[in-house]
Amino acid sequence: MASVLDVARIKKDFPILSRTVRGGHPLVYLDSAATSQKPECVLDAERTFYETSNAAVHRGAHQLAEEATQAYEDARAAIAGFVGGAPEDLVFTKNATEGINLVSYAFSNATAESAWGGAPDPRFILAPGDTILVTEMEHHANLIPWQQVCARTGASLRWIPLTEDGRLDLTNLASLIDSTTKIVSVVHQSNILGTINPVRQIMDAAHSVGALGLVDACQSVPHMPVNVDDLGADFITWSGHKMLGPTGIGLLWGRTEALNGMSPFLSGGSMIESVYMDHSTFAAAPSRFEAGVPMVAQSVGLARAVAYLDDLGMDAVHAHETELTAYALSALEQVPGVQIIGPANNVDRGSAISFTVDGIHPHDVGQILDSEGVAVRVGHHCAWPTCRHFGVPATTRISTYIYNDSSDIDIAIEAISTAQRYFGTRV
Amino acid sequence: MSVDALYQEIILDHYKHPRGKGLLGDSLAESFQVNPTCGDEVTVQVAGSAADVLIGYEGQGCSISQASASVMSEMLNGASVATMKEKRDAFIELMHAKGLGEPDEEILEDGVAFAGVAKYPARVKCALLPWMALQDAAIKAGLITEEKS
Repeated sequence: MASVLDVARIKKDFPILSRTVRGGHPLVYLDSAATSQKPECVLDAERTFYETSNAAVHRGAHQLAEEATQAYEDARAAIAGFVGGAPEDLVFTKNATEGINLVSYAFSNATAESAWGGAPDPRFILAPGDTILVTEMEHHANLIPWQQVCARTGASLRWIPLTEDGRLDLTNLASLIDSTTKIVSVVHQSNILGTINPVRQIMDAAHSVGALGLVDACQSVPHMPVNVDDLGADFITWSGHKMLGPTGIGLLWGRTEALNGMSPFLSGGSMIESVYMDHSTFAAAPSRFEAGVPMVAQSVGLARAVAYLDDLGMDAVHAHETELTAYALSALEQVPGVQIIGPANNVDRGSAISFTVDGIHPHDVGQILDSEGVAVRVGHHCAWPTCRHFGVPATTRISTYIYNDSSDIDIAIEAISTAQRYFGTRV
Repeated sequence: MSVDALYQEIILDHYKHPRGKGLLGDSLAESFQVNPTCGDEVTVQVAGSAADVLIGYEGQGCSISQASASVMSEMLNGASVATMKEKRDAFIELMHAKGLGEPDEEILEDGVAFAGVAKYPARVKCALLPWMALQDAAIKAGLITEEKS
């Protein structure tokens, strides 16, 4: 299969892809929806920062502090630019989960502050009768924070149900989003089903009733061109480590006035304007949400990662993945006993493909694949309610990225057949 | 294959043909345990007396967790509490031996087949799941008093 990307060359940029596993098998890494591998240039960027400019940012009068601060803010500008946003609207978090918690806690905090005579932005104050809308395909990171907010405020959780082929059933969207709705938080591309959701339509519906909207873009920003304005959201979160960057860094983009409407999440140094013994005032976003010394080296690494992706071109990345996903879907469909959980066609679909193998538990499928050098994810993929919807305890998931090609899929398919022979479900 | 040490013939046989599977009509206590990383589930019931423990179980999950429940049931049904504790301790020790354990077949019977499981840290939890359920059920039933081994 010819690809729009030069995968053979790309593979050489990733040191880990040359190692072997489990007694000499070349590594076939098909778990990029969990975390991507890192190209050497990202590792070098992080190392070079530590070797030449390491200092705490936004404090200190010395040259290193200046250089580190410059590197950190340059990284912010580069990463914001990658998604068409402004640097002052981009908050560094430790991961996407923290980004969602940051927004969900703005609701909890505003509700608590208003009960004690404060005057927080009324859009974030919740009371019994108010509702929060998610979907039935959310990662736990975009479900549990909202369950927690409901438990603290008396608001109720609603969700958009799924169709049998793993898409959102928007039939009743008009009744799910009404005058009680305060925030609509939905996933752009499902980590378990691969579905790409019509988030613009859902965000517009949220805004039509005065609600805020958040998009979990963890699986979309690394894999397709994403422009923050096109999504129509107030908040967008994603992580660095799924897009060739280091662990320990995530992103929260917000519309300026939405960000500045939120009370602080974590508080302490760096996020203040003035501090007195009995009270403090806070900096504007993004500093308001970056208490403490931040992840400077990781921001430098992530900026190098987005430059790498920009060099490939996100259109080309998306075209490559669409092509590879079509190849994988068709190869999986030809294996007797394999059922795809999620959209079986390649329309509005990302590269994460979940499936079950008749008569073999996913944990055992994953183990046999691992013994052949194929790294996949098994389990409920932090989307347990989604698994329940499909009546499966768990699935096996393959997920590809820029360094995978059709030969990786072929090896995985052969390993599935090996598992079937091993467990005696296929001769 | 490299996984042959993990998937011993005895384990695959217990997985495909579980022994003693099913819940008891009447029990002293039961425990439902789940492995949240992979969704394996097992319910273990205990009945009888300290001299003659009866075990029922139900579950769904991977070959290792379900075969472990079958082996445990076969080994312990009708055993005394003292025997149950001895075999349980031996099994737990084997699972923590990182694949270097030398199990005593006199004590562990078909459980010796799980020695290779201990080389796979992610699977140790699967193998221990029914044993944790038994432990919890036995405590609830008042058959044993210790909090943990």
